[in-house]
Amino acid sequence: MCHTFPALTSDRSSRICSLLYKHGSSMASNSSGSDSSDRQRIAQQRLSVIAGHLQRPVEGNSGILAAECKAQGDKLDVSSERRTVPRRRQEIMKWNGWGYSDSKFLYNKKGQAEFTGKRYRLSGMIIPGLREWMESTFGANLQHKTPAAPILNSSAVQPPTLNEAFLKELKSTGIPFSHDAEDRVFRSHGHCLHEIFALREGKIGRVPDLVVWPNCHNDVVKIVELACKHNVCLMPYGGGTSVSSALECPPEETRSIVSLDTSQMNRILWIDEKNLTAHVEAGIVGQDLERLLNESGYCTGHEPDSMEFSSLGGWVATRASGMKKNIYGNIEDLVVHIKMVTPQGVIEKSCQGPRMSTGPDVHHFIMGSEGTLGVVTEVTMKIRPMPEYQKYGSVVFPNFEMGVACLREVARQRCAPASIRLMDNEQFKFGHALKPQVSSIFTSFLDGLKKFYITKFKGFDPNRLCVATLLFEGDREKVLQHEKQVYDIAAKFGGLAAGEDNGQRGYMLTFVIAYLRDLGMDYYVIGESFETSVPWDRVLDICRNVKARIVRECKDKGVQFPPLSTCRVTQTYDAGACVYFYFAFNYRGLSDPVHVYEQVEHAAREEILANGGSLSHHHGVGKLRKEWMRETISSVGMGMLKSVKDYVDPNNIFGNRNLL
Amino acid sequence: MYSGTASLKDEEEFTDILEERRRTTDLGYALRTFNPQPYKGAPYSSTSDLKKAVLESQYLRYIAKEIALETGSSVEKVRQEARGILEEMSHNLQLGFIRLMAYTVNKVFKRLFRSIYVNMEGLNMLQQAIQESPVILMPNHRSYVDFLIVSFILFTYDIPIPVIAAGIPLASMKVVGEILRRSGAFFIRRAIGSDKLYWAVLSEYVRTIVRTGCAPLEFYVEGFRSRTLKSVVPKLGMMDMVLEPYFKGEVFDITLVPISISYDRVVEESLLALELLGVPKPKESTTGLFKASRVLQEDYGCMHVNFGRPLSVRQLCEGKINRSEYNLIPRDLPQRPSTEIQDCVNWVAHLIVRTQEEGSLISPWSLMACLLLQAPITTLTEEGLQWHGLTEKTLWLRKLVLDFRGRLNWPDSDVMSSTVALHHSIVHHKAGRVCLVQDGDPASQDPLSPEEGVMRTAAAVLMLVSYRNQALHVFVRPGILATAIHITKSTQKDELFSFFCFLRDVFANEFIFIPGRASQDFDEACSLLQKCGAVHMSEQEVTVLETGLEVLSFLQKLLQPFLDSYQLIFRYLCENGAHVFTEKQFLPAVQNLATKLILSGDLHTFEVLSSDTQKNVLSALRRLEAVTKLRAGLYITQKELLGGSIPTRFPLC
Repeated sequence: MCHTFPALTSDRSSRICSLLYKHGSSMASNSSGSDSSDRQRIAQQRLSVIAGHLQRPVEGNSGILAAECKAQGDKLDVSSERRTVPRRRQEIMKWNGWGYSDSKFLYNKKGQAEFTGKRYRLSGMIIPGLREWMESTFGANLQHKTPAAPILNSSAVQPPTLNEAFLKELKSTGIPFSHDAEDRVFRSHGHCLHEIFALREGKIGRVPDLVVWPNCHNDVVKIVELACKHNVCLMPYGGGTSVSSALECPPEETRSIVSLDTSQMNRILWIDEKNLTAHVEAGIVGQDLERLLNESGYCTGHEPDSMEFSSLGGWVATRASGMKKNIYGNIEDLVVHIKMVTPQGVIEKSCQGPRMSTGPDVHHFIMGSEGTLGVVTEVTMKIRPMPEYQKYGSVVFPNFEMGVACLREVARQRCAPASIRLMDNEQFKFGHALKPQVSSIFTSFLDGLKKFYITKFKGFDPNRLCVATLLFEGDREKVLQHEKQVYDIAAKFGGLAAGEDNGQRGYMLTFVIAYLRDLGMDYYVIGESFETSVPWDRVLDICRNVKARIVRECKDKGVQFPPLSTCRVTQTYDAGACVYFYFAFNYRGLSDPVHVYEQVEHAAREEILANGGSLSHHHGVGKLRKEWMRETISSVGMGMLKSVKDYVDPNNIFGNRNLL
Repeated sequence: MYSGTASLKDEEEFTDILEERRRTTDLGYALRTFNPQPYKGAPYSSTSDLKKAVLESQYLRYIAKEIALETGSSVEKVRQEARGILEEMSHNLQLGFIRLMAYTVNKVFKRLFRSIYVNMEGLNMLQQAIQESPVILMPNHRSYVDFLIVSFILFTYDIPIPVIAAGIPLASMKVVGEILRRSGAFFIRRAIGSDKLYWAVLSEYVRTIVRTGCAPLEFYVEGFRSRTLKSVVPKLGMMDMVLEPYFKGEVFDITLVPISISYDRVVEESLLALELLGVPKPKESTTGLFKASRVLQEDYGCMHVNFGRPLSVRQLCEGKINRSEYNLIPRDLPQRPSTEIQDCVNWVAHLIVRTQEEGSLISPWSLMACLLLQAPITTLTEEGLQWHGLTEKTLWLRKLVLDFRGRLNWPDSDVMSSTVALHHSIVHHKAGRVCLVQDGDPASQDPLSPEEGVMRTAAAVLMLVSYRNQALHVFVRPGILATAIHITKSTQKDELFSFFCFLRDVFANEFIFIPGRASQDFDEACSLLQKCGAVHMSEQEVTVLETGLEVLSFLQKLLQPFLDSYQLIFRYLCENGAHVFTEKQFLPAVQNLATKLILSGDLHTFEVLSSDTQKNVLSALRRLEAVTKLRAGLYITQKELLGGSIPTRFPLC
């Protein structure tokens, strides 16, 4: 799922968090302050890199490591930290909503919106504009609540169907497993609306019968062997952030379903500084990977919005895309080597050449296979030295058309910053509503002045203007130069620079929106986002048509309130762009809101396809979008994929039934 | 979902918009504040912006390059030529001229018509629709008078003024051409043929108007003014251009508004009949217009403008097409639409014309014309028809029309005689009898030759035919079924259905049938005949009821002239030795043959003399592949087909 943002500050203040989050002032303001502080900072960074190298490998969960994995002591485990994701996810995460248990939006006694916890920049803050925005956008009302079931009722969970023979042999391997109801429920879903909605109502469908936690590649090999031997259905589970129904257990599956949770395979096995690669276990989640690499002075630069929780293996299995792909590339550009365990054995390449002409790239059978062929266990990824300098920015355009034209020009000149995103007017307003309470009168005065300048002096219509958020990265001089180039282009399209703050808040919106959905669901508002990729010449049309289709379908389906139907362009490519749609509505008065939601999303997807958009840019197909696969890749294409599946996994051990 | 009948409530309110006009000053009206709510997404675009957008479009660049390559001339030259075409074509809508137009039109209309009735509900729906998506106004075209009527009404009710597709001859009228241009008309050449550049400029121009939604677009889907006052099978060129922006996703939706304009009396009625008989129509010219000003002295009764329910193209096309076929070619490049899309366009166009038909109002005069034409011609021209019998039968027919869900324009008092008085140029009512008025001086020194006599009568009859045609759409489906019953003498439903389909197919150029709806048409015919008590229906059988003979005989006689005309032409083609014939030979030869047969008393209809009928037969035969077009105006008959299946199934009565 593409929400969020590098967030969590664990006990040590990791560099990425100080850069992007929590402490407010970005590096830009630090470094532009004075040269001496800049030097100081670089020195500190070096120190931390060295410290990282000097640290002895610490086994975070040593107690549960299987003997054999521990024996791999000769491998350098450069990690030093406790990992974010424990085996028992319920210790820190919500069972029926997004993210950490301690972080959520709520309306306090005064009726003001507030974000709880301490993890995020927004944590502990009051958001004065949110209530009014929710009331005016959705017609929501604080009096009309739809609270979620407070606790998971284990008795509602079907007893597990266990394959005794498999279980017996599994026990003998010493690999940890569980058939506890909570553990199973946690692995039975992703974050599609219908999945979360059902959980909130305490409805639980088919869930995995068993959860196993392999600790290393060899554990996985054993599990897969046993699964084949005993005809058990395996479903790999990484970060659980899927939004394609990929983790839903097929109801028609009669075998015992075993969820293979990779979260404990989370070490960086080595870092190769000569070739700038890192060999990493596939269960590591994004924030840990980045944090650990940062300690050594490196990064992958792969930052999907879900990176707090999504895993490397999941990225590979769904063809993930990161916010900063303009510099670092998408997952397919970052991966050098993949190891995957399949029912036919282990697949991997024999060398790590940067490019090969050896027939179709077998990595591309793996990337996007969505857990239907095997389990990705280890990945060698490109790494980069951490950027010296980072700077946010934003540009206001008089309307969305101008904004898209500007992005197109930026792409044409191939000078896209690390990230460039264009929000439409509704999202701009949404972002505005999420402004935390300002402490000083001066700031609010300044805000007022800016608003006046843009709407009155420059004549921008507040109901049409839209904003692009920017993130530049690299060495300081180049960033400043780059920044100028982009702002110059923007000016040609009527764009006005609107400051770093707006930019930063724009990126914040990405991560909070997932938490916000839970707040909405407390008050009769349901919604979700979905994405596509589309050639440049159709970007405007697809945005307009899909948004209009959503509005019309809601009306036709009897939705009583006008929906929120908004979009943004989140990635630029040479030949097109990635577009994200957000859709939410107040469902008061509807008997089956989820069904209505699904019908509208279905119609929206039809509209996307009819307008030349793709089935998915990076969320994947899962089971949610399977029905369109044949028309997307042709019957021959389907045949190709099927024949691979038939060879690799003839007994459908990896039986999540995604994709095909 | 799209059924036109659904939109036509029986008790729809019509308002006379002239009434208010007569109470206020013309100048005050013309200078009223005009503040329409435009299509919401539309950025302001001036005429010159529009032209620039067209000229600089990728599409036109591409075509220009292609043409330059084909013809060996330079791209710049081709583009120059395109610029010229665009100048000739382009509208130049200006509010000042709209006011002038409104002023003039108002004056003229007040003179010509007693009332102009408009359904306000339709106007309200239109006003709403215009704010939501680009709107295409699609009136039927029965008279020159209706060219500006829609603009006039929209101006009166503060709705954005449309740009209107017009034939190029209008543009060449001095002063008037320019006024029309500035009132929103844009001009299209006739017979564009294979002029690739012209097509390109025109289609890009039309598409740009639709895409930007800068103004509603008005065009006649029938292509031209119907000389016969009967709906014309729609032309698809403009329809294609108009719908393409939706197919390509450039707009979310397009709204089509069928508009039915009905006249009590058509201003150019006598010209039409002469034109159909081969007397060329006067060239559009400004002096001609002034000469025609004597028409201003006449009374033309009322005019009804019925704005139909706005139709969403998106809804119409749902499930019929797959728009993703446009995904793989850059949208700015020309792409031949798939047959699926073409069929859909054709279907939509037919649907619109059908909806226009259903929305039009039938006058008492049309019903009288139906009845008058069923009387022997000699009765009409000589002793005359009994007035009493005629009025009684007209009332009977009124009831039948209501049974058939037709919409009547039936004023309350003194309907019959005022109707006949209004149409004094066609019939006169004297001493309890009604006779056909025949043009020319009966006491002329030179007695007419028999042939000339036939033509003279034909001119009068064809005028009557035109007014009959205004009511025809109500009767066509049950009429074809009645004909099928009459000819096959069968009661078997499936047998009748198959003959019904055959006739429907043969007459598809004559009447409007929505493609692919044969069985619905048949069901409709059955249920209407049942409703009026003419037949009894069971699962497999259709039995004629004693009480229904009058209805069936009326219906069958109503269509008889068409059967006779088609038959005659088929016979001519079969018996004529040459396989290859030109249109130029064909038309007079058929006319000669028909005249002979009329004189000898073997043919009882004058309608075959109409060039419209002759052309329709030719088109039908081409569609049925009995005749092939070799090149413009030259045809070859496929004897085995013509001598085979069609005439043998086609009854010789």
